[in-house]
Amino acid sequence: MAEHATHDTHDDHHDDHQQSFFQRWFCSTNHKDIGTLYLLFSLLMFFVGGFMALVIRAELFVPGLQLVHPEFFNQMTTMHALVMIFGAVMPAFVGLANWMIPMMIGAPDMALPRMNNWSFWILPFAFTMLLLPLAQYVFFGVGAGGPAGGWTLYPPLSLQGGNNVAFTIFAIHMMGISSIMGAINVIATILNMRAPGMDLLKMPIFCWTWLITAFLLIAVMPVLAGAVTMLLTDKFFLTNFFNAAGGGDPVMYQHIFWFFGHPEVYIMILPAFGIVSEIIPTFARKPLFGYKAMVYATASIAFLSFIVWAHHMFTVGMPLGGELFFMYATMLIAVPTGVKVFNWASTMWKSSMTFETPMLFAIGFVILFTIGGLSGLMLSIVPADFQYHDTYFVVAHFHYVLVTGSIFAIMAATYYWLPKWTGVMYNEALGKWHFWLSTVFVNVLFFPQHFLGLAGMPRRIPDYNVAFADFNMISSIGAFGFGLSQLIFAWIVIQCAFMGKGAKASNHVWEATKGLEWTLASPPPHHSFTTPPVIDDKDLAHGDVTH
Amino acid sequence: MTMRRLSSGLGTLIAALASTAAWANPERWQLNMTPGATAISQEIYTLHMIIFIVCCVIGLIVFGAMFYSMWKFRKTKGAVAATWSHNTTAEIIWTVVPILILVGMAIPATSTLIKMADTGGSEMTVKITGYQWKWRYEYVGTDVNFISSLNRESDRARRLGSGVDVTQVENYLLDVDKPLILPIDTKIRFVITADDVIHSWWVPALGWKQDAIPGFINSAWTQIEKPGTYRGQCAELCGKDHGFMPIVVIAKPKAEFDAWLAQQEAALLDVSATVQVPAPAPITKS
Repeated sequence: MAEHATHDTHDDHHDDHQQSFFQRWFCSTNHKDIGTLYLLFSLLMFFVGGFMALVIRAELFVPGLQLVHPEFFNQMTTMHALVMIFGAVMPAFVGLANWMIPMMIGAPDMALPRMNNWSFWILPFAFTMLLLPLAQYVFFGVGAGGPAGGWTLYPPLSLQGGNNVAFTIFAIHMMGISSIMGAINVIATILNMRAPGMDLLKMPIFCWTWLITAFLLIAVMPVLAGAVTMLLTDKFFLTNFFNAAGGGDPVMYQHIFWFFGHPEVYIMILPAFGIVSEIIPTFARKPLFGYKAMVYATASIAFLSFIVWAHHMFTVGMPLGGELFFMYATMLIAVPTGVKVFNWASTMWKSSMTFETPMLFAIGFVILFTIGGLSGLMLSIVPADFQYHDTYFVVAHFHYVLVTGSIFAIMAATYYWLPKWTGVMYNEALGKWHFWLSTVFVNVLFFPQHFLGLAGMPRRIPDYNVAFADFNMISSIGAFGFGLSQLIFAWIVIQCAFMGKGAKASNHVWEATKGLEWTLASPPPHHSFTTPPVIDDKDLAHGDVTH
Repeated sequence: MTMRRLSSGLGTLIAALASTAAWANPERWQLNMTPGATAISQEIYTLHMIIFIVCCVIGLIVFGAMFYSMWKFRKTKGAVAATWSHNTTAEIIWTVVPILILVGMAIPATSTLIKMADTGGSEMTVKITGYQWKWRYEYVGTDVNFISSLNRESDRARRLGSGVDVTQVENYLLDVDKPLILPIDTKIRFVITADDVIHSWWVPALGWKQDAIPGFINSAWTQIEKPGTYRGQCAELCGKDHGFMPIVVIAKPKAEFDAWLAQQEAALLDVSATVQVPAPAPITKS
């Protein structure tokens, strides 16, 4: 705790020592500074990827091609996905893990601080490499632009790209290395650095979800690296892994890719489950319902995520037995996911709620993520998926789970912990504006896409029949509204983090916070817990730890 | 959008909600999948509606409970939080009930899937090959085969800066130069492949899409019940003109189809007579 830290002369020295800007931000080994870097990087990528989304929605505003060529449109859909997944969502969760895990388990820092620095600083270089072919084309008219074969990089199409294939693949390798190092750090920290008395089954749910996510990352990022390496050698070194004419198998790529890709989906949602499980009990003033069930449900989802990959491939022509297996396994995921949703709803039942911005985003998450989950259940029904697959119905589905799921959880986490990080309260009125505008516009944006898909509009097309015009226009209006609303978010963060504007935040920040991170000062000291805190089970976020 | 367009749109929307009639092709303000033109597509539509209603009911219960909580258990209304954090009975119920619902869904889904996988007993075969960015159709057992690509009017209108008002183009992006002609009431097997990259052949009214993959031959089947024109599109990203390789199926009564096929073969014979190649074999029906 903060008081304890002052008794430790060695660490006082560290707290006091003056670092230059370069030392602090470029050579940092401090979990909070690296967490901040991750979060700011993620925010930047969120706007870069969001801008690409707006190019897409602008082109789709009315039928006919008005703004961009089809090839450029395909580059936008491809890069939007890569930037949002690897640049916005994943680094945001790693940033939150960096900031919060040591503070939540009573540790002074992450277990491997130098590797921590490295895993962040790979990212700016990786994304420079990823964006370079596109930026060259857009700003200097050099080359043919970025990859245009979709973020899944399916061969043979992805191999029709030029040298940008090499840029994309090396960027993905670097992102993978960064993610694996981040994951190793999270595992090492959680398994080795918990304060005495912080048993695994007393840890905050956020730490649990991240521990499981970290294992998923270590398991699947090398698989992606393998898949894209084979693409690389197929493209530049005359191998024929995926080239049918040379005896290769283009469908094998899809199997390998989705063996990565499906756990990846849970990598992007499990930490979000953890965040929401921290926030709802705080503002409901009631312990989390079914703590252990939440942990087991998370572990079950993680296990199932490895045996459902081919549900992305129901139309590739698998044997009947394969289709049936992947249908049943996919349907099964609804059970642990349902347990989680019911547990959140039960936490709210007979509670005493207030609706500050983090709580609004958390409730928005539960409702809208569940809509995405339910459309996911629909997609698991193979015969129906023969209709839904590769249409806007799927686009609506995964944006409900990723935007109103992962992104809403990241926003909820930001509002929840921003006063802890910066020491000042954010502007609550602006926060509420941000929530309501985002929620209204995100539904205007994505809900009509369900209709478009059911009516027969394929995804990834730059132009469409007039029958699809009305809902596309509505969707685009939603997109611009949602995009502009995020400027409020950026302004709120700038006010707190860079201008220090706002009321002084107390240690506990919110009325009913529980957990070790709230025993530290706001902002917390340089080294979070220099002496292990004394753990009282009553102070833990989830109350009764026996259930 | 003008008020008139909006109100006419709403009119269509209400009509769409009220009507259960099948559309062959997408309609403005269309909200739902269509039952399609085959027995299988009807089954798929029914599966879709059942799972949709199940999802709506689950959603209503969960969201209902949440909204009730938000209205009732507010601190500003003096609500005092309970301290319990588990309830074994409830937890067993909400684990077991979803499993039962899923089993209930899996049974009809499995039955439909088994039917769809059975391409046996087909009366004719059409080979479909995807190319960037057109389709080739071959009537297996005859020499009739042709390329089908986006029709000229759409192709002109879809260019960037074409100056054409695409709302005035009939069946914009959903029309081809040479449609695939098929007979009704006939079990037709499709063998589907591609020559360059992966494509996916999708006509919503037939109820399925099937990827066309180089080096692979996938099969699927249909038996169309109603004569009509059914439109679809490529459903797998296949490069810059992915959005511009539509599919048009025209289903005709058997006699009309046979006449059409004979005429196509005769036309080929005329050509082949001049270049001295053997006459094509007549269509084989198993």
